[in-house]
Amino acid sequence: MTERITRQDVAHVADLAQLSLTDDELDAFTIQLADILDHAADLDALDLADLQPTAHPLPLVNVFRADVVGPTSDRDEVLAAAPAVEDAQFKVPPVLGEGP
Amino acid sequence: MSGTAPEIVPGWETVIGLEVHAELATVTKMFSGAPNRFGGEPNTNIDPVSLGLPGTLPVLNGRAVELAIRVGLALNCTVQRSVFARKNYFYPDMPKDFQISQFDLPINGEGWLELADGRRIGIERAHLEEDTGKSTHVGGGGRIHEAGHSLVDYNRAGVPLIEIVGRPDLRGAEDARAYVSELRSILVAIGASDGKMEEGSMRVDCNVSVRPVGQEELGTRCEVKNINSLRSLGRAIEYEARRQVDLLTAGERIEQQTRHWNEDEGRTHKLRSKEEAFDYRYFPEPDLMPVEPSEEWIAEIRADLPPLPRERRHRLAEAAGMETSAAALTVDRGLDDLAMATIDLGADAGRVLVHLENNLADGVGLLTAGSFTDLIALETGGDLTATQAKTVLASLVAEGGDPAAIASAKGFESMDSGELEAIVDRLISEHPDDWAALTAGDDKERKKKSGFFVGEVMKATRGRADGRAVNELLARRSAG
Amino acid sequence: MSARHLAEAVRSGARSARSVLDEHLDAIAAREPEIHAFNVVLADEARVAADEVDRRVAAGEDPGPLAGVPVAVKDNMCTRGIPTTCSSRILEGWIPPYDATVVERLAAAGAVMVGKTNLDEFAMGSSTENSAFGATRNPLDTTKVPGGSSGGSAAAVAAGFVPLSLGSDTGGSIRQPAALCGVVGVKPTYGAVSRYGLVAFASSLDQIGPFARTVSDAALLLEVVNGHDPLDSTSIPETPADLTSVLDRGVEGMRIGIIEELSGDVLEGIAGDVRARLGEAAAALEAAGATVETTSVPSTVYGLSAYYVIAPAEASSNLARYDGVRFGLRVDAPTSGDMHTATRTVGFGDEVKRRIMLGTYALSAGYYDAYYGKSQKVRTLIVDDFARAYGRYDLLLSPTSPTTAFDLGEKTADPMTMYLTDVCTIPSNLAGHPSMSVPFGVGDDGMPVGVQVLAPAMGEPAMFRAAAVLEAAAPPGAAS
Repeated sequence: MTERITRQDVAHVADLAQLSLTDDELDAFTIQLADILDHAADLDALDLADLQPTAHPLPLVNVFRADVVGPTSDRDEVLAAAPAVEDAQFKVPPVLGEGP
Repeated sequence: MSGTAPEIVPGWETVIGLEVHAELATVTKMFSGAPNRFGGEPNTNIDPVSLGLPGTLPVLNGRAVELAIRVGLALNCTVQRSVFARKNYFYPDMPKDFQISQFDLPINGEGWLELADGRRIGIERAHLEEDTGKSTHVGGGGRIHEAGHSLVDYNRAGVPLIEIVGRPDLRGAEDARAYVSELRSILVAIGASDGKMEEGSMRVDCNVSVRPVGQEELGTRCEVKNINSLRSLGRAIEYEARRQVDLLTAGERIEQQTRHWNEDEGRTHKLRSKEEAFDYRYFPEPDLMPVEPSEEWIAEIRADLPPLPRERRHRLAEAAGMETSAAALTVDRGLDDLAMATIDLGADAGRVLVHLENNLADGVGLLTAGSFTDLIALETGGDLTATQAKTVLASLVAEGGDPAAIASAKGFESMDSGELEAIVDRLISEHPDDWAALTAGDDKERKKKSGFFVGEVMKATRGRADGRAVNELLARRSAG
Repeated sequence: MSARHLAEAVRSGARSARSVLDEHLDAIAAREPEIHAFNVVLADEARVAADEVDRRVAAGEDPGPLAGVPVAVKDNMCTRGIPTTCSSRILEGWIPPYDATVVERLAAAGAVMVGKTNLDEFAMGSSTENSAFGATRNPLDTTKVPGGSSGGSAAAVAAGFVPLSLGSDTGGSIRQPAALCGVVGVKPTYGAVSRYGLVAFASSLDQIGPFARTVSDAALLLEVVNGHDPLDSTSIPETPADLTSVLDRGVEGMRIGIIEELSGDVLEGIAGDVRARLGEAAAALEAAGATVETTSVPSTVYGLSAYYVIAPAEASSNLARYDGVRFGLRVDAPTSGDMHTATRTVGFGDEVKRRIMLGTYALSAGYYDAYYGKSQKVRTLIVDDFARAYGRYDLLLSPTSPTTAFDLGEKTADPMTMYLTDVCTIPSNLAGHPSMSVPFGVGDDGMPVGVQVLAPAMGEPAMFRAAAVLEAAAPPGAAS
């Protein structure tokens, strides 16, 4: 059986998910994820060519709300929950690079 | 159709495709009832949903959908069934660390926008998405790569956006500016957005590539971000085109990159390469149901659309018997209804447009189609000079009234040619040095001195003289 | 005493809500230290709520259908002013500024919330051993797990701490612990109960539902919390059917199919004692007038594989917001990116990390089609297979869990064996259908066995009728 997921893949995925793994964790997660993906390989036996994907079990469409102002949050209550605050804003370490 | 676009670097063609984000003019945010309001104290236009607190769920603002459909119809797009998708990336100003957007099924598919000169620019799609908050860097000299910290305000987070993705059909900075202006006029005309670039409610990302003139194949493009005005758009394109041509002529290759426009330094710098691009892991947003606008709803929205700038240009150009480009400024200023009415009453279309473009930039005040028509009749009938007509027009704007009565109250009677000749001859004898400079000087000098004599004639006649007649007379005398 | 009787007694003034509460608080005080069903017991707040119920009764008002009934709520549902942890370090100390819709509805029905129950971190697990605050134990045998992820809510009902509790079910997280603890547990139709305020695990699968000691009490609680909520776009707009009034209607004439794939030799690991009880349950339904036969729903065996791609994929996105910016834990670092990583690395447990990585992988560039895309098609296959089966049967039947409660620590080393315990419950989540677990005797080890009744979307009335028949026919349960 081909390798379902490599140690490098797991390291890349951890990076995407903003998680940091020790070498031991990387080893263990690689084995476990490969095990889970191996199990999922039972799907390879299915002929799915003619099937549409189901993203959601409900058949609803056009669920809208009216463009009417609702209650806003109490700023002090919201900021009190934040790890760090300055000038009524959420304070974070410097952001490197620019968002998309 | 216009001819070839001006080349920023001779021998090279600059190819541009724009992605424009416009905030939709709703009362509330895209997925919750927090106000969609510019400015305000930080973190006041927020609620649990727009902060992305655990357990919160988005509910789609129906008005945002309606405005998006308006945009789609105005841009001649196919309005279609659409599905929201999550665009996943970590960033502090994005409350959920994913953005709700549309991916493979946007609400508006393929369409086009017509520039004032009649060229059609392709639109690939126009989809709905939510805006992010804003982070400000503090300390460390204000530069992001130095120490210090950032402060995040979520007032803007969740404001509905329409992202209009244009095809690479634009050639050069002027084209790009014309496209953005036209798009802004459309968005404002249909009430979809206030289109204010300076407040960030309309933002432009720009894809630029270059190719030798005559080459079919597109060059490798770079995307330029952080363009905050029409002026920066032009500057950024010119900088980027030169940079790319320099690289190519030096035998180097263009790397596909995302670049940042620095307005102060007047240059772009690399943010990341294609290889470093984010893996957004788009997938269907499970908390929202698809949008399937019915034919009836689309028809209703279409019927409610005001005439678009393109249609108004065509209408006015046809009435005036001119090219659509000649009607552009008048339509842009929203004066085309007045122009149409005045032309309908029989006024000379050329004079109507000249006055609207040159003399009515600050508004039309109490001017009516009737008084405007009468004024132009006096002007074209030779009873008023162009200068006098302008003065009467200003009075009509400020106070209204009857043009003939105003003209006579101001003592505007047409001056006979004998009187004018006498004044001109007197002035020539009073200013012999200036007259010598006019007759003997080069073109530039002649122009300058003609201006001087026209000014003196106007002073002497208190504006009653016709500038054109004065110029003709001066030309005759100097030739004589 | 059943919740129905307690509420009647309180509404009629025969008992005070305060005395009902004190009795339950005593039971909690006696056994909670060994069981650890709760993350927090809200004795003071509950007394205030109970006294308010009593005041209203005294004033001649009706506090509602759950007047004075103590309830426990899984600690992944937001409670204003009360910590909501999801049994994760990353949310330690977070106090939501709003109530989940179900929490509001409980309060409006006169229920008295006595505590927030323990769970597998972010509802990821099948034994409640993945809690950052320590495992919950099975009240019937404290060396065994209570199942999960709603193990705390199941244990609280099984131990007599409360007559009713709420759990959430993404792949079996209500039904499996209900089976293992010998209580009734219901996963309603997707969209029947609002998810607003339920901290999301996998949004297209999550559903809130009741735990109770009797089928009738489960119906009572479901009737209180279900119904349309405009804050949840995936909430069913129709008024839910009445359940209480149909409970005694029996199953005469119903057609019921036993899912062959989940009950016999197709899947490894369905224990003999569990199969034996299922057979007896089928016989009981037949004796009550239903037609019962074995039937094939072939794709159900693929549910597990599809689920362990879809649920982690959605989770990887839902859990991105735990980034140390707006709430909860922050582990400081020199840059925002490093801070996110440090916070998430310290704040999430191994199972959560495993699923986030699995889901991230399944959505990442190059793997989407092979994993996420394929799993969505399998979901279609399962929906189609169920549709065919429900063309022939009113209800389907299977075991809830392949085995009775397993030992603490027995499956923690190997995630895949733990995942396999959800094999019978997952298909209903993928299809969005209701299903429930009803206690039906005990296994060879004297621990409870649960039988799962499955119904098509909105099929709760028929499902509850069959559950009531099974309850009446069930052999004696496990002694606690």
